[in-house]
Amino acid sequence: MKTLLIRHSKTLLIFALLVVLTLVCGWLEPRFLSRDSLGAVLKYAGLFGVIALGVSFVILTGGIDLSIGSWVGLCAVLYPVLLKQGLGVGEAALVIAGLSVLAGLLHGFLVTKLNLQAFLVTLCGLFIYRGLARVAGGGREQILPADQEWLRDALVLGRPLAGLPVPAVFLLMIGLAVVAAVFLNLTVTGRRLLATGRNEQAARFCGIGTVRLRVLSYVICSLLAGLAGVLFLLDGRSALGSSFGNSYELWAIAGAVLGGCSLRGGQCAVAGVVLGSVMVAEVRQAVFFVAGDEWKEFVIGVFILAGVIADEAFTRWMASRRVKS
Amino acid sequence: MPSLTAPEPILEAISLSKRFPGVQALDGVSARFHAGEVVAVMGENGAGKSTLMKALAGVHPPDAGEIRWEGKPVRISRVAQAEALGIAFIHQELNLCENLTVAENVFLGREPCRAGWWLDRRTMRKRAAELLARVGLKVSPDEVVESLSIGQRQMVEIARALAREARLVIMDEPTSSLTASETARLFEVVRDLKSRGLGVVFISHRLVEVMSVADRVVVLKDGRNSGDLTKSEMSPERMVQLMVGRDLDPSRRRPEGIQTGAVRLEAENLRTRAWPGETVSFSVRAGEIVGMAGLVGAGRTELARVVAGVDRALSGTVRVDGVVLPPGCVAAAVRAGVALAPEDRKEQGIFLEMPIRENIALPGLGGMQRLGFVRSGAVTALAERMRGLLGIRTSDVEKMAGLLSGGNQQKVVLAKWLALDPRVFVLDEPTRGVDVGAKAEIYRVIEDLAAAGAAVLMISSDLEEVLRLSDRVLVMHEGRLAGEVGRAELSEEAVMQLATGTLHV
Repeated sequence: MKTLLIRHSKTLLIFALLVVLTLVCGWLEPRFLSRDSLGAVLKYAGLFGVIALGVSFVILTGGIDLSIGSWVGLCAVLYPVLLKQGLGVGEAALVIAGLSVLAGLLHGFLVTKLNLQAFLVTLCGLFIYRGLARVAGGGREQILPADQEWLRDALVLGRPLAGLPVPAVFLLMIGLAVVAAVFLNLTVTGRRLLATGRNEQAARFCGIGTVRLRVLSYVICSLLAGLAGVLFLLDGRSALGSSFGNSYELWAIAGAVLGGCSLRGGQCAVAGVVLGSVMVAEVRQAVFFVAGDEWKEFVIGVFILAGVIADEAFTRWMASRRVKS
Repeated sequence: MPSLTAPEPILEAISLSKRFPGVQALDGVSARFHAGEVVAVMGENGAGKSTLMKALAGVHPPDAGEIRWEGKPVRISRVAQAEALGIAFIHQELNLCENLTVAENVFLGREPCRAGWWLDRRTMRKRAAELLARVGLKVSPDEVVESLSIGQRQMVEIARALAREARLVIMDEPTSSLTASETARLFEVVRDLKSRGLGVVFISHRLVEVMSVADRVVVLKDGRNSGDLTKSEMSPERMVQLMVGRDLDPSRRRPEGIQTGAVRLEAENLRTRAWPGETVSFSVRAGEIVGMAGLVGAGRTELARVVAGVDRALSGTVRVDGVVLPPGCVAAAVRAGVALAPEDRKEQGIFLEMPIRENIALPGLGGMQRLGFVRSGAVTALAERMRGLLGIRTSDVEKMAGLLSGGNQQKVVLAKWLALDPRVFVLDEPTRGVDVGAKAEIYRVIEDLAAAGAAVLMISSDLEEVLRLSDRVLVMHEGRLAGEVGRAELSEEAVMQLATGTLHV
C-alpha cells in the first residue's frame, strides 16, 4: 500500500492541486462554481482531453505530435463534406478513422524507419493537413447538417447523469481514459509500450519490437485527433478549414504536461493526463471570468511554467529522499 | 627505479587513493614523471591506469595522497587548475568540437583577442599553422575537424596542448583507434616533444609500442604499483608478469573434465563493424562455460551483440542447435533461446524506473497472458520464485529496480532471462560493479545454468573471474581470436600474453 502511494504520489499531488485550484477559482469568482460554468469546464476538459490522451501516448515514447490541431481541422471539415456526398454517419466515421490510421502510420514510419525527428515530421504535418483542410472545405464554412443534432446531443452535450452538470463528451473522454489505462497497465502490448517509453534500448535488448510500438503510439494519437475533430465540429456546428482547431495541439500538450508527462518520454499516467486536461479547462474558464478571455494564453503559459518548475523540484526532492533511505 | 642522480621530477604522485562506489580504483599509487621523458603506464583492464591519469589531470581528484608539481605540493581538483600548471590531458575519446575549424579548436577558450573581445582570426590562423607544422599535420587551419581522421584529430589535440604551453602531456590510450602509420606518426611527434623538454605520459596495452617509445614504464595492478621499469629493464615477458598476479587457487576453479553435450552455439566467420577486417568463428557446447578474455576494445561486446541479434554482422552466421538465426532480430534470438546480459546494465539491461517484478516478467510477458491481458498472479509468482532462486535482496518485488544495489540489479537481469530457460546465455561483464557477496551468488547461478545444459559464453575483463568459471577461454586481440586456452593450460599469464599480442598461437 505504501509503495502504491509513493508510486502514484505525483498523480495524487496533481489531484490535490486541482481541488485547490477549483476552490481558489470559486473564491475569486462565485459564478465559476455555477452549474453552467462547471458544465462548460467539463465539456472543454472532455474535448481537449481526447487529444491530450492521444498525444500522451506519443510523448510517452519520447516523441511529439504537432499536427493534431490541423488534423482536427481537416476531419471537422471532412465530416460534413462526406455527409454531403451521401455517406451515412457510420461510413463517414469509418473513412475518417481510416485516414487517421494512415496519417499515424505515416508519422510513425517517418520517425522510426527513416529516423526523422518527430518535431519536424509533425510540423510538416501541421502545414500539410491545414492546407488539405482549406482545400477540402473549398474556402467555405462547412456546416453541420441539422439532422445531426441527435449525435451532437448523444456524444457532446447530453447529460446522461440526470441532474449533474456532466456533459456526454466528458464521460466519453473518461471512458477512453479507462480503456487507455487498462491497455497500458493490464495488457501485454501496453506493458511493452510503457517499457519502450521508459528505456527503449533495454526494451530492444529484451526482444521487444520497439519500432512497431512507437508507430502504434502515433496511430493512437492521430486516431483520437480524428475522433476529436468530429466532436469539436459537433460542438461548434460549423468549421472553417483555415482556422478550425488551430493550435489545439498545444493545449493538448499543455494538458499532458500538467498531468505529469515528461517530454523526455517514459513518464505518463493516464489519470494525470485527465486531471491535467481538467486543469487547463478550469484555468481557461476562470481567466474568462476574472480577467477576460484575452488573458487566457498568458495565464496558461505562466501556470504551466510554474507546474514544470514544481515538478522538477518534486522530482529532486523524491530523489534526495531516496538517497537518504 | 630512478637513480639518485636523476633530476627532480616535474610531476610526482605520492600514494594516491581514489574510491568509486563499490571499487577501490587507486590504493596508494605513487609515480614520478620527468621533463624530457616518455613514460608508459600499463596494467590490465581496471588496474587503475585511467583513474591515475584522471587524478593527475583534475578530472577525478584523489581522496587521499599528495601531488607535487616541481617539488611543491599542489591541489588539482579541477581540470582548469591542471591546465594552469601546464598539464594537458588528452582523453581517449577525443575532446574536439567537430563543427569548428582546426584553428578554432586549437585555441578554444584561449582565443587571441584584439581590444578585449574582438576575435583576432588572423593571429589565430597564423599561430595555428605554426603549431600544426610542429606536430607535422598537413591540413589547413581552416579545415573543419569533422572532415579529419582520428589520427589527425589526435594531432590537433596535441597542437592544442602546445598552444597552452603544456609541460606535461598525458594521453589516455592514444593509439587505441589509430592505424599503424598514424601510430608511427604519433610517436614521431612524441619523440619531438621529448627532445623539446616536455614530459609525455601515455597509457597503452600494446607491448611493442611501449618497448619502442617509452623510456620508462609504470605498471599498475588492482589499483597498486606493481613495477617501475627503466628502458634497460623492459621486456614483454617481464611486463606481462607484472601486470598479472598470482594464479587462482586451483581448488576454487571449476573441476576439470566436466561432461559437455553437443554444440549449442556456433558463430561462423562473424565480421563486426568495430573490426571489419577480421572474422571470428567459435562454438560453445551444451553445459560448457566458455570465457572470452581480451582488452577493452578487442571486439568482444560487438560479438555478443551480434549473437543476441541486437546488431547485424557485416557477414557470417550464428547458429543455435544447428539452426541459423536471422541477423539483427532480437526477438528471433530470444525465441531460439538466446539471452544476453549486456555490458551496460543501467542503459541496456534494466528498467531502473520500473518495479522489480515487471523487469523480471518483461521478456516472457507473452507467455503470461490470457487474451492479451497480463496474468498478474503469474507475474508475481515468477518474481517471487526468482527472488528466492537468485537471492535478490529486497523487501518487496514492487519496489523500483533502481533502488537495488548493482549486484542485485544484475540478479534481476539474470532473473528475467532465467524465466525463459535460455539455451544460450551470453554474459557481458556479468560482475562489473558488483560486490563480493553478490559475485559469489552470480557465479553459482552461472554454474547452475551450465549444469542444466545451457551453453554459456562469458565475456569478462576480470581475469580471476575468467579463471574461476571457464572450462575454456577464447582470447580476443584487436578484433580477432588470438588463441584459445584449454582448462589444463589456463593461467593469467597465458591469457594476458594472447590478449596483449605478445604471443600468437
